[in-house]
Amino acid sequence: MHRFGWIRQESCEPLQGLDQVNGFSFNLVTTDDMLICMTDMALHAVRRFGFGRRGSEALPDDVHGWLRSQLDAPDPLLGRPGPTMLNTALVARRFAEAQKAKEPLPGGFSGLFTEEMTASLQYAVSTDLPLRERLVWFWANHFTVSARGGPWSFGLNGTYVHEAIRPHVTGRFADMVKAVMRHPAMLDYLDNTHSIGPDSPIGLKQHRGINENLARESLELHTLGIQAGYTQRDVIAYAGMLSGRMMNTEGASPGFVYRADAHEPGPETVFGHTFPDGLEGSEDALEWIADHPATRRHIANQLVQHFVADVPPPKCVERLEAVLRDTGGDLKAAMLAIIDMPEAWQPLTKFRAPAEYIIAVQRALDLPFEPGPGLLDATNDLGQPFRNPLLPNGWPDTAADWVAGEPLLKRADWAMTQALRPNAPSADAVASATLGELYSSTTRAAVTQCPNRTEALATLFASPEFLRR
Amino acid sequence: MNPTRRGLLLGSAAMFSLGGASLSVRAAESDNRFVLVFLRGAMDGLNVVEPYGDPNLKIWRPNLVLPEPGQPKGLADLGGFWGLHPSLKSMHALFAANDLLPIQCVAGPDRSRSHFQGQDMMEIGAETRMTSGWLNRIAALLPANPNCDTAFNMGATSPLVLHGPTTTTTWDPFHPRPRVSAGYYDNIVAMHANDPLIGPKLADGLRERHYIDRVLSSTSYDGISPGFPRLARAAARMLAAPDGPRLAELELGGWDTHAAQAPLLGDTLKILDDGIAVLRAGLGDVWSKTAILVLTEFGRTVRVNGANGTDHGTGTAAFLAGGAIAGGRVVVDWPGLKQNQLFEDRDLQPTLDIRAVAKGVLGPHFGLSADKLATVFPGSERIEPKAGLLKA
Repeated sequence: MHRFGWIRQESCEPLQGLDQVNGFSFNLVTTDDMLICMTDMALHAVRRFGFGRRGSEALPDDVHGWLRSQLDAPDPLLGRPGPTMLNTALVARRFAEAQKAKEPLPGGFSGLFTEEMTASLQYAVSTDLPLRERLVWFWANHFTVSARGGPWSFGLNGTYVHEAIRPHVTGRFADMVKAVMRHPAMLDYLDNTHSIGPDSPIGLKQHRGINENLARESLELHTLGIQAGYTQRDVIAYAGMLSGRMMNTEGASPGFVYRADAHEPGPETVFGHTFPDGLEGSEDALEWIADHPATRRHIANQLVQHFVADVPPPKCVERLEAVLRDTGGDLKAAMLAIIDMPEAWQPLTKFRAPAEYIIAVQRALDLPFEPGPGLLDATNDLGQPFRNPLLPNGWPDTAADWVAGEPLLKRADWAMTQALRPNAPSADAVASATLGELYSSTTRAAVTQCPNRTEALATLFASPEFLRR
Repeated sequence: MNPTRRGLLLGSAAMFSLGGASLSVRAAESDNRFVLVFLRGAMDGLNVVEPYGDPNLKIWRPNLVLPEPGQPKGLADLGGFWGLHPSLKSMHALFAANDLLPIQCVAGPDRSRSHFQGQDMMEIGAETRMTSGWLNRIAALLPANPNCDTAFNMGATSPLVLHGPTTTTTWDPFHPRPRVSAGYYDNIVAMHANDPLIGPKLADGLRERHYIDRVLSSTSYDGISPGFPRLARAAARMLAAPDGPRLAELELGGWDTHAAQAPLLGDTLKILDDGIAVLRAGLGDVWSKTAILVLTEFGRTVRVNGANGTDHGTGTAAFLAGGAIAGGRVVVDWPGLKQNQLFEDRDLQPTLDIRAVAKGVLGPHFGLSADKLATVFPGSERIEPKAGLLKA
């Protein structure tokens, strides 16, 4: 029996761990009516590669073409004025001045963060380019700057994603690495602003030393991966190269600054490769590390885990590694390759993390935004505070990390608050708009037996199908 | 109980251990309670457990030093040389009852003076980064409870110290829940019954929710301030339940006193003191089985800054409290406050690793061997558990 009308089963590699992730059969009914299949394929695409269908928005006839066109289209947010470091610095200065003058304090970073993050979440709800936005979320998490890292990680979070992540999600991976590694938000979050080469003029004078935090996380989390087998000596050498990359918060153009007098002098050898001294030398190193086979394997694995299945099929990872190798780390080519993987078209293999679940519910409801930071609060309540993960490794990406009793009940609570909103659609309308043929008889029965339409809709939002993408 | 008596009891248990009597020891240990109170923001321990007997204190911070014991708004004496901040009235009463043990000059594994880094490493409980927290790793060593997770935190979000492979519960008793019909959750659980991943977790979750709702039902918050004290009230209810959880985490912010420290610190300490008093009252009979560890990520500069505040430092104070704690004294290896005795010419010199305190409590409190403790605090083998922290 064919699992899908549009993919021959033989071409689909069996997914490890799928049975565990998929509690029961989500297989599509084989049918000769290709129209139904195309609809379900489009629905799968908006769930898997986007954040779910918004209301009853038109579904593309050419699904692959629709996904490809999102990667070609410019990011509309980059065409508008975005958050800037100057704005954040001005907020900080106003706050400090008022504090000093013992005047009433203006809104600090907290207000800025709430405003910017709420806008980001609302954008994910409203965007017509959801694949592009999902890539922004994926890479912002890969290169995590968590708000919990302190005031600047808080105040610069929106600027960071706008400047270092968003412009590069369909560009070269190396360019994103280089943008991240000179962005003040990251330099502050992982302490590079406190890293002084011990043999630099400042280091010699003040007896200060290297802080290896950024170097270690850059190798372990952002690029090579822990499996690569680099040593403590590599970390130290790399940290020496990165020393001097700092932030300037003063003046009219605050931002990245390279302090040659804090930079550890001399060429450094990382992973058996020697790079020249100075900022340019470290940029060469970033290029080299970004295109290292271990890096390609690391990011291929994560991309496949995000878009295909919790246990990445090795064949998919290998294919993606080859694309990254052959294109010099072109992330658009990598995404196109994922879209072309039959394994990525198996429905509902991924469990929605809380933040993407929140966006999916909002899109399904398709109601006007409520004023206030409700969406940001919801990410806190459901256990995934937006852009505020516990550790530099960001949020986890597998069902096992998110499926737990009380957090699932909190989703059911929150779903009820959303179903109660005025003009919320009916459960039937949402089920047919977002799930199509995947609406199981079990869920249908549970929804049908609810005493009122509000609970029916909330129950649908709490269903196995809606919790997955 | 004197040491001889305890020795006899241990001896008798050992005598019968082959016959299964050791089970009673194990049951007693698994009946003990542990609470971590995390003070986020770096508490100035030097202003809380104050060495009024050290003449150098006034030199560094003339405008922060509190009046000596006996004077108006003065320190509460801790047996000479040391005084407790006057906001900590209830805690001083616990000291007098031998249930509070102030510990001075402690520090965690990190020296960065970054809140973020300091809190992370304090919660991870190791010198290198790991992906779980030490309270989670203790939870893994305690018996599973059919009613609920062994460890929980009272609050909106789960802290790193509870993060890890063992499931723990984050509970906010004041978060509103929507009104739903009686069958709403049961229907949702039934809908997931055939889902091998979600089904069992959801069913467990609902059972736990019913259990906690029952335990917390009819909890009175009359006369208890919102925030930390009310969360402490709820936590005490949970811990007092004979068949409830054993490990709890609570937290309180407001310690980052870069400016105008005196009023800020006094207010925040009052909240801490209220919360500890609420725990004492709410734990009732299980107070005698309880150990509370109060800690912060690091201390603050010994010198006062230009804004009558203090900046990020290193050594600081911690507290152990509870009926199980051998209190009524100050634990300290005092390094002194002369300029050459300060850590990097600015901070209180740490002389005790917080992990020595945690291991010294958790080991005997839960009957954890050195091997087991090593899994809770990896890489801390050279840090000996501090002896004598629990009542004999």
